[in-house]
Amino acid sequence: MDFQVFLLLAQDALTNGSIYVLLAMATILIFGVTRIIFIPQGEFVAYGALTLATLQTGKVPGTVWLVLVLAVVATAMEVVRLQRAGASRDIPAAFARNLLPPLVISAVAYVCAPLNLHLGWQVLLTIMIVTMLGPLLYRVAFRPLADASVLILLIAAVAVHFSLVGLGLLFFGAEGVRTPAFSEAQIPLGTLTVNGQSIWVYVTSIAFIGFLAYFFGRTMYGKALRAVAFNRNGARLVGISPSLAGTLAFALAALIGCLSGILIGPITTIYYDSGFLIGLKGFVSAIVGGLASYPMAAGGALLVGVLESYSSFWLSAYKDVVVFTMIIPVLLWLSLKSVHFEEEE
Amino acid sequence: MKMGDHAGVSAAAAKEYSHRGEGILSMRRVGLCIFLVMVAIIPLCPPFYVTMGSYIGLYTMVALGLMLLTGVTGLTSFGQAAFMGLGAYTSAVLTTAFSWSPWLSLLIALVLTIGVALILGAVTLRMGGHYLPLATIAWGISLYFLFGSLPDLGGQTGLSDIPALGVAGMELRDERFYFYLVWVVCLVAMWGTVNLLDSREGRAIRALKGGLPMAEAFGASGLRLKTVVFVYSAVLACLAGWLYAHMQRFVNPSPFGINIGIEFLFMITVGGAGSIWGSVIGATVITFLKTVLQGVLPKIIGQSGNFESIVFGVMIIMVLQWMRGGIWVFIERFLPAKPNKPIGQVSDLPVRNQPRRGESLLRVDGIRKEFGGLVAVKNVSFDVCAGEIVGLIGPNGAGKSTTFNLISGELPRTDGNVYLGSERISGLHPSKIARRGLSRTFQHVKLIPGMTVIENVMLGAYLRTGDGFFSAGLRLNRKVEERVGAEAAKQLNRVGLGDSMYVPAGSLPLGKQRIVEIARALCSDPILLLLDEPAAGLRYKEKQELARLLGQLRSEGMSVLIVEHDMEFLMNLVDRIVVMEFGRKLAEGLPHEIRSNPEVLEAYLGGV
Repeated sequence: MDFQVFLLLAQDALTNGSIYVLLAMATILIFGVTRIIFIPQGEFVAYGALTLATLQTGKVPGTVWLVLVLAVVATAMEVVRLQRAGASRDIPAAFARNLLPPLVISAVAYVCAPLNLHLGWQVLLTIMIVTMLGPLLYRVAFRPLADASVLILLIAAVAVHFSLVGLGLLFFGAEGVRTPAFSEAQIPLGTLTVNGQSIWVYVTSIAFIGFLAYFFGRTMYGKALRAVAFNRNGARLVGISPSLAGTLAFALAALIGCLSGILIGPITTIYYDSGFLIGLKGFVSAIVGGLASYPMAAGGALLVGVLESYSSFWLSAYKDVVVFTMIIPVLLWLSLKSVHFEEEE
Repeated sequence: MKMGDHAGVSAAAAKEYSHRGEGILSMRRVGLCIFLVMVAIIPLCPPFYVTMGSYIGLYTMVALGLMLLTGVTGLTSFGQAAFMGLGAYTSAVLTTAFSWSPWLSLLIALVLTIGVALILGAVTLRMGGHYLPLATIAWGISLYFLFGSLPDLGGQTGLSDIPALGVAGMELRDERFYFYLVWVVCLVAMWGTVNLLDSREGRAIRALKGGLPMAEAFGASGLRLKTVVFVYSAVLACLAGWLYAHMQRFVNPSPFGINIGIEFLFMITVGGAGSIWGSVIGATVITFLKTVLQGVLPKIIGQSGNFESIVFGVMIIMVLQWMRGGIWVFIERFLPAKPNKPIGQVSDLPVRNQPRRGESLLRVDGIRKEFGGLVAVKNVSFDVCAGEIVGLIGPNGAGKSTTFNLISGELPRTDGNVYLGSERISGLHPSKIARRGLSRTFQHVKLIPGMTVIENVMLGAYLRTGDGFFSAGLRLNRKVEERVGAEAAKQLNRVGLGDSMYVPAGSLPLGKQRIVEIARALCSDPILLLLDEPAAGLRYKEKQELARLLGQLRSEGMSVLIVEHDMEFLMNLVDRIVVMEFGRKLAEGLPHEIRSNPEVLEAYLGGV
């Protein structure tokens, strides 16, 4: 391997690593706030890339219908809940809150899809559609289980993953897609040419990490999310609604996933089921951070990127084996580091 | 509506009373016979159904192990399909490339499986419950990719021409033979699992969900039990994989992927994660549904693909939201309760030599605990003599419970020592301390609500017998079990709960649950009882009963250390009182001395 190849692989490692950083953040966020080990995180990635690809062809993506169906189910569940709680007065407001935003987004998507808008607008539309899925999935699948054990929530997460992959096949077919790059630029950097899309990935990741740092450090909503992650009951006592926090966490996670999908769509071919492995690599990164530390997870993500990139050069058939086997020594290290652990369920 | 533990428990309790002493022809037995007859006659059906029946048997075996892991122990694994693959591929390679006998290759497969399970267990089981599923996802995916990429394993096309199983030089190729073989193995596994759950180790396994401290307070090692359960579930999966390889006589990677691993989890969720029968039902329902949906859905949609996953996902969410116990819980509601095991006249379990009255029993010597900069317990010393009740009191935050946990070994001490008799116990693991005759109760009652009172109490005798997993699985432990049952009954009678033996512990009021905890502690034949705020949350009458019971135990020679902040409860009960405030010992003496001690009054009443 000469230096040229080394640099090229390093660039790949950094590009993929940046995506895994984002996904690891989403994983930790959701686990902290809701205790859900959110296996379907990768499905947002695939849905993001595939929704954008469908909009490119001028068709209405299937995710729009999913948004509509979930919105109707969510509204129905909310109405039943309010009825049972004897709060019938709130039902019109529940309609407005649960049904209106998805309806508006779906309507916009329906109207705009055939117009062949500029790529920027299509990206924006994709982000709106896929981000909407996050809170809806939370409302329909997870919120009724909010008091359940981590184990039950994990089973629910896997069930959602199963359904979303199946629906992905239904909506987008078995063909893989590549979305157009944001930038076709090739920037020479010494002996290396850096392509424009990679720059986009780096810049967006750094910008998003900056945004998250600002959000969690400076804003009231961000602090509320951290409070819930730290101590659910305590947060409830000071007036933070765990279900609002869950909704917000899911919206952020869906946004992160969708953005990641749009960013790597031009670099790798995305199939309806590609999200699972991508999401799991984000997961492995998050585990390096013990599912709690953001900086450690970011380090883990870059490590996963490096392992993947260099093992694809030497052992291309086994690159996933290498990445997923890495989890064993990581867990061993975590296990030795952890003191006597006491579980209270 | 969620199925709360409590509602289920009290309904079952009511049923228990109305159905005691069921005849030989109970509905349960009739159901079991119908099931066995159904299994026996399926080979009369067309081959398609016979093969499907064999698959259901194989999946039931895998689901059974996962049920034990998930439903009983509270852990889970996504790697069961991978263990199945390990069994199948090991045997496939050894029998085709090296012409080994399948029976010999089974041995190698089992050794490999146990090795992998031990490694995965070793790196995850000491940490939080969610690390095992994550590690098994990763391992499942790794193995799947290895199966698909290693050229010696045939890549995605797999390996064919695997020999059929043979007995005495005869190859057995008939699908009906395999059906019976699979179901015999499966039924034996079910029988063994039922037996295991109803044993000393099984009770400890069931107690793990009640929290590690509780299981360890009776001498069980949580790590060891979890590891054994995980290895057992892996072995069942490996066995199923081995049978699969020689039944199909062909293997490829797809049945061992992570999705299939997830489907096993769905099986036990649908069937009922807490019971043997749940795994049979779940395996049957999911296998049938998958076959039907795979035929129907692509036709409706007009496109080929695994669309059944959409239905499965939605179905699991609905089961979790509306019927969390699965189908079996629904069926069990219509079945009569299991008949109670009679308490026989058997020889008593061996007992420890109790120390002589007045001998020094527990000596706390300058014990100290620091949490960072905070000193929670400052060099506290006191003694408990055999045959006396000592109260350790103090206002909230005085460090009583910390002292308690230092004695029981749950917290490591910063300095100082604790001696039981002449032996130092500080620094030992709680289970080792329990072994030396110190038995405790918990401030927040820790019973297994779904287990009967007597089973909960039998848990206390964990260290008094030594029967292991194999004797339990093979039902060789009946004699010992009877003796443990008799001992538990004796202790329950001793504390006055002889008439509530067979109700689920969760259905008793708090006051009685506390007394069940005392009976459980007594069942371990302790030389010292450690009670952590036993009167907290009790009503006046219940407190009186508790005090009477403790007095009775003292008159029978038992030594007791009580941590409590209810002065009134202690005053007429205990022999001596140790008062703590702000982590240090404030006073020590007879109750009437403490009552008039100005420092104590100051601490309790803020100066009068």
